[in-house]
Amino acid sequence: MKEKHGMTLIVRTITRISVWLIFLYGFYIIFHGHLTPGGGFAGGVILALALLNYMLAYGREKTENWININLLHDMESASAILFLIVGILGIAISGSFLANWLSGGKLFALFSSGTIPILNIIIGIKVCAGLFFVVWTLSIFHIEEEAEE
Amino acid sequence: MVEIWLIFLLLIMIIASVVAIEVNSKLSAIITLGIVGLGTSLAFLFMQAPDLAIVQFLFEIFAIVILVRAFINPTKHQDEKSGINKFLAVCTAIVLLLIVWQSLDMLKSLPEFGNPKMDTAQYYLDHGAAETGSANLVTSIILDYRAYDTLGEVTVLFTAILGALAILRVKSKKKVEVSE
Repeated sequence: MKEKHGMTLIVRTITRISVWLIFLYGFYIIFHGHLTPGGGFAGGVILALALLNYMLAYGREKTENWININLLHDMESASAILFLIVGILGIAISGSFLANWLSGGKLFALFSSGTIPILNIIIGIKVCAGLFFVVWTLSIFHIEEEAEE
Repeated sequence: MVEIWLIFLLLIMIIASVVAIEVNSKLSAIITLGIVGLGTSLAFLFMQAPDLAIVQFLFEIFAIVILVRAFINPTKHQDEKSGINKFLAVCTAIVLLLIVWQSLDMLKSLPEFGNPKMDTAQYYLDHGAAETGSANLVTSIILDYRAYDTLGEVTVLFTAILGALAILRVKSKKKVEVSE
């Protein structure tokens, strides 16, 4: 089973397992952003690197079947609006833009500190989709250059 | 003790960046550049800033992947050998030395290492956890006290990716038209 793009069988087999572990770590970093070091930005980069790992190992065509690129595009745009919606809800409820309108909760609890975890998740989605898109577009660009030659 | 480690790290990073310029193969140059980034990440860790260390570490990996993808292409990007203009190099060195010499007084007036002049930092340390309920103070600052800055950061990321997509798409569309 030899394909044009992607890497050897060894790399593919390892990737099949490691991608999920990297995803798990990324989600952990995002959801625990208000408790441990890290946060939406770092977690989003980890998720993007997991997708990049899959793309490097399996090639572009398989990645296109695996994840819905258009959905990723919509998520990237929607998360920017969601951030603004959370901010404007702050005006409506608490009186100032991006105010922390949820209750703080108990310190060190997973569901605590109001809007901070929500904003972390939104930023995580945004960074993941955005950074993966940069690599994705660059790879399309390269393939077209090669095809022309 | 931390300062000694930092100076050691800085020396390694300076050596690595010199090697990155001098080495012939592109792949070695990119990998040596990676040492600089990972050294920065370690320096953040020594200064007890794990948040920054994580982000710097991940971005270094990301940057290396993109650099390898962009530059390791044997057919394209045939670079020309550029000789160093000795006169210009000496001029640059003199100007840099003058700037350093002039700014020595300013460097002396900086606050001591680890003792910021502003009172805001102490306020965040004292009241951050109670006011926001977030155990990680860095997150409580960037997403609560300074959430407006984070909104700007998200906008910058959004615009940058939009611009990159637009430019690359336009180029590839033109090529399709030419080939038709």
